[in-house]
Amino acid sequence: MKKRKFGFALSLALAAGTILGACGTSNDEGQGSDKEGNKEEKPFSVAMVTDVGGVDDKSFNQSAWEGIEAFGKENGLEKGKGGYDYLQSQSDADYSTNLNNLARQDFDLVFGVGFLMEGAIGEIAAQQKENQFAIIDGVVEEDNVASILFKEQEAAFLAGVAAAQATKTDKIGFIGGMEIPVIERFEAGFLAGVQAVNPDIKVESNYSGAFDKAELGQSIASKMYSSGIDVIFHAAGGTGNGLFKEARDLKKKDPSRELWAIGVDSDQTAEGIVNIDGTDHNVIMTSAMKRVDNAVIDLSTKAKDGNFPGGETIVYGLAEDGVGLAPLNEELENKADIESAVADWTDKIKNGDLTIPETTEELKTFKAE
Amino acid sequence: MSSRLQNILVPVIAVLLGVLVGTIIMIITGYDAVAGFIALWQGAFGDSYFFGETIRQITPYILAGLAVAFAFRTGLFNIGVEGQLIVGWLAAVWVGVAFELPKIIHLPLAVLAAAAAGALWAFIPGFLKAKYRVHEVIVTIMLNYTALHITNYIIRTVLSEKSDRTESIAESASLRSPFFESLTDYSRMHWGILIAIICVIIMWFILEKTTRGFELKAVGFNQHASDYAGMNVKRNIILSMVISGAFAGLAGAMEGLGTFGYAAVKGGFTGVGFDGIAVALLGANSPIGIVLAAILFGSLKVGALNMPLQAGVPNELVDIIIALIVFFVAASYMIRLIIKRFGKKGEK
Repeated sequence: MKKRKFGFALSLALAAGTILGACGTSNDEGQGSDKEGNKEEKPFSVAMVTDVGGVDDKSFNQSAWEGIEAFGKENGLEKGKGGYDYLQSQSDADYSTNLNNLARQDFDLVFGVGFLMEGAIGEIAAQQKENQFAIIDGVVEEDNVASILFKEQEAAFLAGVAAAQATKTDKIGFIGGMEIPVIERFEAGFLAGVQAVNPDIKVESNYSGAFDKAELGQSIASKMYSSGIDVIFHAAGGTGNGLFKEARDLKKKDPSRELWAIGVDSDQTAEGIVNIDGTDHNVIMTSAMKRVDNAVIDLSTKAKDGNFPGGETIVYGLAEDGVGLAPLNEELENKADIESAVADWTDKIKNGDLTIPETTEELKTFKAE
Repeated sequence: MSSRLQNILVPVIAVLLGVLVGTIIMIITGYDAVAGFIALWQGAFGDSYFFGETIRQITPYILAGLAVAFAFRTGLFNIGVEGQLIVGWLAAVWVGVAFELPKIIHLPLAVLAAAAAGALWAFIPGFLKAKYRVHEVIVTIMLNYTALHITNYIIRTVLSEKSDRTESIAESASLRSPFFESLTDYSRMHWGILIAIICVIIMWFILEKTTRGFELKAVGFNQHASDYAGMNVKRNIILSMVISGAFAGLAGAMEGLGTFGYAAVKGGFTGVGFDGIAVALLGANSPIGIVLAAILFGSLKVGALNMPLQAGVPNELVDIIIALIVFFVAASYMIRLIIKRFGKKGEK
C-alpha cells in the first residue's frame, strides 16, 4: 500500500520532470533562431511599457499605444519582436522587469509611459547604455533617455474656459487622480481657465488618490452632481470612467437635466453616449487632449532618422499640437460662443501673450487680461 | 505516513490541475499553449537576468507566506499582511534615508525597524482579539487601508516635500548587491533572500522546537483546551500576531531596501500580502511548503511578464492559473477523495 502510493508520487514527479525538461530544450532552440532572425534584417523597432492602467485605459496608455501603432503601420512594421509591441505592468515592481525585457529583445526605442517609471528608466538606462529610452511625463537625465513633457495646463485652461461658459449653476467640479505634478498642472490650468471667464464661479477640487478606481470616481461625481455642480472635469485616468458612468446614469434618469462631463488625455466622446427613447445624447462636453500619440510618433520618427534627442527634455504644448481641446458637443446651447472664446484664448496662448500657471501656487498670482 | 504523503500530494495535484485547466483555457481561447508555457518558463529561468528577477520576487513571497502561516498555526487569519508589509516598507526606508551610519549598524537597524513596524501594526488586531474578542479578519482588513493612506500621507508630507516618492535610501542601508547584479546581468536580486531563508528556519524552530511554539500551536488546535491546560491564551494570540506581523514587515523591508530602494505613494495595494495567503495555503502552512509555494508563484509571476511579448498570450492568464491552483487547494477534499479511490483500486 505504502509502496504503491510512493510509486504513484514518483511517477508523477518523473512525468513533471519530463514535461519541464522538454520545455527547457525547446527554449534554447527558440532563442537561437530568434537571435539569428534579428541579425538578418533589422528595421527600426519600437515598444512601450504601460503602467498598471494597461493599453485599454481609454486614456493615457491607450493614447501612447495608438501612437506606436500608427508609427508601426506607417513604417510597415509588424506587431511583435522586431516591430512594435507593448508590455503591461501589473504592479510597480514590474516596470523594471518589463523595460529590461524589451531592451534585451533589442527594441531600438523603448517608451516608459508615466511618471511612475522615472526611477526604473533612470536605473536601466544607466545599465543598458546601448539602448534608447524615452519617458513620458517624467524627466530622466541620462544621455540615452529622451524626456517628454506636456503643457497640460494649456489644454486644461481651454477646458476651464469652456466649462465656465457652459455652467448654469456657477458651480464646477474637478476630479484629480493622484496628487502629482502632472495632475496639478491640469488643475491649475483648469482653475485659471474658469477664473479667466468668471472669477465668481466656485470650483470644487477632489483627489481620488488613484488612477484605476472607477467606483471611487463615480461616488465623487455623484456627490458633486447632487451638490449642484453641473460641469465636472476629470484628470484621473481610469477613475474618470466612473464620472462618465454617473453622468450617463443621471442623464438617463432625467433627460431634461443639464449636466456635463469633460474628458481628458484623448477625445473621450464615445464614453458619454446615452440612448434615451431611441435618440442618442452625449454627456461629454469636450476633452482636454494630451496628444501622447503625436509625441510618440514625433519622437519615434526622430529616432528612426537618427536624430534621437537623448538627454533632452521636450515639452509639447498647444503650439506644437501636443495638447488641445477636442471638438465641442453639438448639444451645447451656446456652442458657437464657447467655440469663439476658446479660439481667442488659443491664439493668445500660441502667440505667447499668455502663460498658463503650472501649479496652484502660481495660480494665486495669475491674471488673465 | 499515508496522511503525510497526502499532504504533499494534494498541493502537487492542485498545481498540475491548475496548469492543465489553464492549458485548456489557452487552447479554447485560441492561443498557442505550448508557446505560452515556453515563454513562461523562459521568462522565469530563461537567462540569468530573469532568474535573478524570479528570486527577487520569491523573497517577499516567502516572508508574506510565513506571516500568514504563522498566524494560521495559532488559529488566526491574518489578512492584514498587506498593511503590515506597507508599514514595514515605510519604516525601513525611513531609517534608510534618515540616518548615516556604517553599514554593519545601518542595515540591521533598517531591517529591524521594518519588523518592529509590522509587529506593531499586527499588535493592534492581536490585542483587540485577545482583550475584546474583536474578529481579527475585520480589523486587519480595515488596517490595510489605514496603512495605505497613512504611509501615503507620511511620504508626501514628512519624507518629501509634496513629492510622490522618498529619496533613495543611503547605500549603507541597502540590501542590493553588486555581486548578485553582476552575476545576474543587472537584475534586482538582493541579499534579502538570505533573510527570508533565515526566517524560514526561525519559524520552523519556534514552532517545532520551543515550548512557546508548542503553546501557540495548542491554542490553534483548541483554545479552550489550552486554557484548561493552564496556557495563557490571550498572550499567545497577541504573540502570534506580533510575530506574524514582524515577518510581514520584513517582507516590506525586502521591497523597500532591496527591490526599490525607496517608498513611493501608492494608488493601491502591492498585492504581495494577499498573494502571501495563497502561498501559505498552497504550502500547507509549513515552512518548507511555503518556500516551494513561493518559488512556484514567484516564477509564475515573473515568467508571465514575458508571455505577451514572446508568445502573444496575455499575462492575465497566469493570474487565472494561480487562481485555479488556489481553488484546487481549497477544494482539497475533492482531491483527497480521488486519491482515496485511487488507493483502494490499487489494493484490489
